Amino acid sequence: MNSLRIAAISTVLIFFLGILAAYYVAKLPRLVKGVLDVVLTLPLVLPPTVVGYFLLRLLGPKRTIGLWFLEVFDLRLTMVWYSAIFASAVVAFPLMYRTARGAFESFDITLAHAARTLGRSNTWIFWRVMMPYCKQGIIAGTVLAFARALGEYGATAMIAGYTPGKTATISTTVYQLWRTGDDAGAMQWVLINLAISAVVLLCVNMLEKKDRRPRRRAAPVSGEVE
Amino acid sequence: MRLQVDIHKDFGKFRLDCSFETESGQVTGLLGASGCGKSLTLKCIAGIEKPDRGRIVLDDRVLFDSERRIDLPPQKRKVGYLFQNYALFPNMTVAQNIAVGVQDKAARKETVNCLISSFYLEGQEHKYPRQLSGGQQQRVALARILASQPEVLLLDEPFSALDSYLKWQVELELADILSVFSGPVLFVTHNRDEVQRLCQQVCVLDNGRSQAMMPVHELFEAPRTLSACLLSGCKNVSRAKATADGKVEALDWGVTLNPGQPLPEGLTHIGVRAHYIRPVEGPGPNALPCLVERVVENVFSTVVMLSTPGGSQGFSRLRIELEKDRWAALSQRDPLWLELPTKDLLLLTSK
Repeated sequence: MNSLRIAAISTVLIFFLGILAAYYVAKLPRLVKGVLDVVLTLPLVLPPTVVGYFLLRLLGPKRTIGLWFLEVFDLRLTMVWYSAIFASAVVAFPLMYRTARGAFESFDITLAHAARTLGRSNTWIFWRVMMPYCKQGIIAGTVLAFARALGEYGATAMIAGYTPGKTATISTTVYQLWRTGDDAGAMQWVLINLAISAVVLLCVNMLEKKDRRPRRRAAPVSGEVE
Repeated sequence: MRLQVDIHKDFGKFRLDCSFETESGQVTGLLGASGCGKSLTLKCIAGIEKPDRGRIVLDDRVLFDSERRIDLPPQKRKVGYLFQNYALFPNMTVAQNIAVGVQDKAARKETVNCLISSFYLEGQEHKYPRQLSGGQQQRVALARILASQPEVLLLDEPFSALDSYLKWQVELELADILSVFSGPVLFVTHNRDEVQRLCQQVCVLDNGRSQAMMPVHELFEAPRTLSACLLSGCKNVSRAKATADGKVEALDWGVTLNPGQPLPEGLTHIGVRAHYIRPVEGPGPNALPCLVERVVENVFSTVVMLSTPGGSQGFSRLRIELEKDRWAALSQRDPLWLELPTKDLLLLTSK
């Protein structure tokens, strides 16, 4: 299942890159933050074909990065099965980045201050306080990114093309089958896609419910300030 | 142990210039209106904020020195900080929260158990912070701080997140804890009653500038600055001018008063506490005529707001508080003559 493989790998990539970017951007001064935010969010609003065009210009076998990889590692970056990873990672990245950043920005910074005065390192604070605190946002971001990566078509078609059994993903397959008049075949893949998406969303909902349960018992903190 | 603080930080619109010294066994109040830089001062001492210049020294340990470019991270300062909202980690239980403060892994379990019992948290170990009352939350936060064995304690308005009916109990508990803590304690508040009950000395912060440290009784008996006087709860203050014969002209009240003491350099205001003002029959020394503007009935007393027609502004007010039946006997008088007793006058400067 090329589609699942690609979506999974790009989600793992996005997970770390998105959190990293969100963590550092959230701490930046406002002006720099605004500029970086635009750059990092652009792939979300650009048509996927435009993203695909940029990717081809960067990674194509005759372009800088593509050429370098070809010469040094003898590795083609386009029109192979993993090419679609670049496409879906770039397109889905903003979803992870933005949700994670929102979560980090709502993080109560006094918790970090408290941990530091108690002698804990910044790494410890990140993993033991900040990540659990922002869990909801990060899970949501991951799922959205996965869903988007799974459904990516435009940039994928441009950079990976459609080679049945090699670079084909569900979305490119559906388009090809429909174009060639194989309606039943297209329907089959549509149903598979539907099933995968439904299962993913169900898993998320269950995760969220499990996480919220203890919170319902929350005793109201009397007169809490800000 | 001795904590010396001398820090400066410029925010453009707001400047912090704060310096004071405090020692072990003393609870030092930092008293000021909100936004005057109290919390900022604590954050600088803890290393969360960095002053532009200055020094923070604990005994012979330099925590911060802008000239020698020393700036210890909060982790190495050994400064315990009790935050206004306690800053308990919501994803950890009471026991886990306290364990965060314990550095020594081998002794962690034992230390945590010990703290849990000495802070009356038995049975709460496995609860999450949100399941605790405000008072319990504060105990957990304090236990967690003491687990990290700090040399100084900083308390940032520790009662502001509590309901008033809880506050009294929690305050007594805190007083017990402070009495056994061996290092210096800084207590930030805007509440004069908390200062009176918990602190031995007090430093008034006025718009970012710290004033001279004074014993707590002095704040209430003889404040020397206008801001200290207002923060100590004195409601009756008038602009003042020294006259040639050593008396004081209270400009807003329109009366010349005999202060019975040498005037301080740079006198700008004069104050008198409401409960020292005495109604009198008629004109006399330090007496002035007043008109009743408004009467407010409290539960056990009556507060009377009076205007002083002789004053240059005309709208300045005096405020007195009387027992209900005493007011009933006086309420018909017009004007009402009041004496501001010589021994109770507070002579104030603006700095």
